[in-house]
Amino acid sequence: MDTLIDIFSQGYMQRAFAVALLISIITPLIGNVIVLKRLSSIGDALSHSSLAGVAIGLCFGFNPIISAIIFSVIAAVIIEYIRGAFPNYSEMATAIVLSFGVGMAAIFSGFTGSASNFDNFLFGSIIATSTFDLYTVLFLSVIVILVMGVLFRELFYITFDEEGAKLSGIYVKRINLAFTVVTAVVVSIAAKTVGALVISSLMIIPVACAMTVSKSYKSNVAFSVFFAMLFTVLGLIISSLYDLKPGGTIVLTGIVILILLLLIRKRR
Amino acid sequence: MDILQVKDVSFDYPDKAIIKNLSFSVRKGDFLCIVGTNGTGKSTLLKLILNLLKPDKGRILIDGENSRHFKSFNKISYVSQKATDFNSDFPATVEEVVSAGLYPSFGFLKFPKIRERKKKVFRALKTVGMHKSYKKLIGKLSGGQQQRVFIAKALINNPQIIFLDEPTVGIDVKAVDSICCLLGELNKKFGITIIMVTHDISSIIYHSNKVLQLRDDGSARLVDSEDFSQETIFTHVHHKNCKYSERT
Repeated sequence: MDTLIDIFSQGYMQRAFAVALLISIITPLIGNVIVLKRLSSIGDALSHSSLAGVAIGLCFGFNPIISAIIFSVIAAVIIEYIRGAFPNYSEMATAIVLSFGVGMAAIFSGFTGSASNFDNFLFGSIIATSTFDLYTVLFLSVIVILVMGVLFRELFYITFDEEGAKLSGIYVKRINLAFTVVTAVVVSIAAKTVGALVISSLMIIPVACAMTVSKSYKSNVAFSVFFAMLFTVLGLIISSLYDLKPGGTIVLTGIVILILLLLIRKRR
Repeated sequence: MDILQVKDVSFDYPDKAIIKNLSFSVRKGDFLCIVGTNGTGKSTLLKLILNLLKPDKGRILIDGENSRHFKSFNKISYVSQKATDFNSDFPATVEEVVSAGLYPSFGFLKFPKIRERKKKVFRALKTVGMHKSYKKLIGKLSGGQQQRVFIAKALINNPQIIFLDEPTVGIDVKAVDSICCLLGELNKKFGITIIMVTHDISSIIYHSNKVLQLRDDGSARLVDSEDFSQETIFTHVHHKNCKYSERT
């Protein structure tokens, strides 16, 4: 216990904790829409695109987070365009953009100079969170929560009946685009802290856990945020105690909890 | 009074002309079934009317308003073919799904009072006999029950027209009968105009008064249900001329 108190009394750990908690609130808000629209792979596509942005940023000396955001927003717009062109094969859009992101990241990562900088974005560097990072995540989290709150009814309607939503006067295309852009921004910010390779898990696993216990859409959103916060707290504690990578530990904690919940549901 | 006018509408897919110079009108209180074999453009026609697709030529008026610029979203409702597509894990209650139907009456950032919303949802569910499932998860209901919930969602704004795209696909015979009776009741008792695309004309023809038959060559004809019914029986009688080949 004393070890834990010691660890969490450090400034860097408190910042890491605050950032991780903020990310654990915003990622499942987005994850709920993604899972119910059956577009779970969009997180992977955007996170790999953000990696390409990071590699390009490091290569040409830009701020890698800004270039990651720009690159994943472009990827998000391309996904929406391909989804519109092939409405019955929307998964294809994410696969194409994912491959493009991986290809670009692979090429440009060879020119980034320091490999450790790029690696930080692969698995995250939450412990190295600066005060600037904390305020950036805080500011963007407030925006994401506001956008998701304002579009809550519209996004819910679109998840189960896109045509019906359109015929109810909802600007489906614009809202889908806005949502994909928000997703791209969240993925890019979270890539720096929890890692591009695990961010999509943080969007999906809490929602999967919530679906085993929730009794409505609203409760599903609330439970998914609760589970994401639970994984984050447990993951950070375990990773601090055993000196493990925080991003990976958070995701594996989530997987263990999901397996337990599925087993409990099966026994009922 | 004509509530729907389709004037000289044509629509082509890149490889095939689906609808050619189609004109017809539907009067307020009509129950129109749109029928035809696969690929004749039944669902396409519905999408053209609802402005989900743009016609290559022609005009469509809904209650006098051009469908391209139609904004009176609370006058119409739509029940899609995929309405019964929920799996058992979809985390939304019947109440939440039906509440979504209120959107056209309020719009962006305008919300009904909770009491008013609950009252309207309950009333719509009671009309379709699903009020006891108010709190249930939509995915836990059968296909027929899910379709009733979607009809409740379509009813919640007291629309003048309900459009349905094959609402009886994938549900059992008993549920088909009960949904057809429900649609008949909505039309006769509440005066709602119903326009329905269907494969299963025999189940619904008793309740409808008009049939629009789309043909493979892109043409169409509008007939009274009674006449269509007699022709259909006549067609069936012709099956006695079928010759069965011997199979080894």
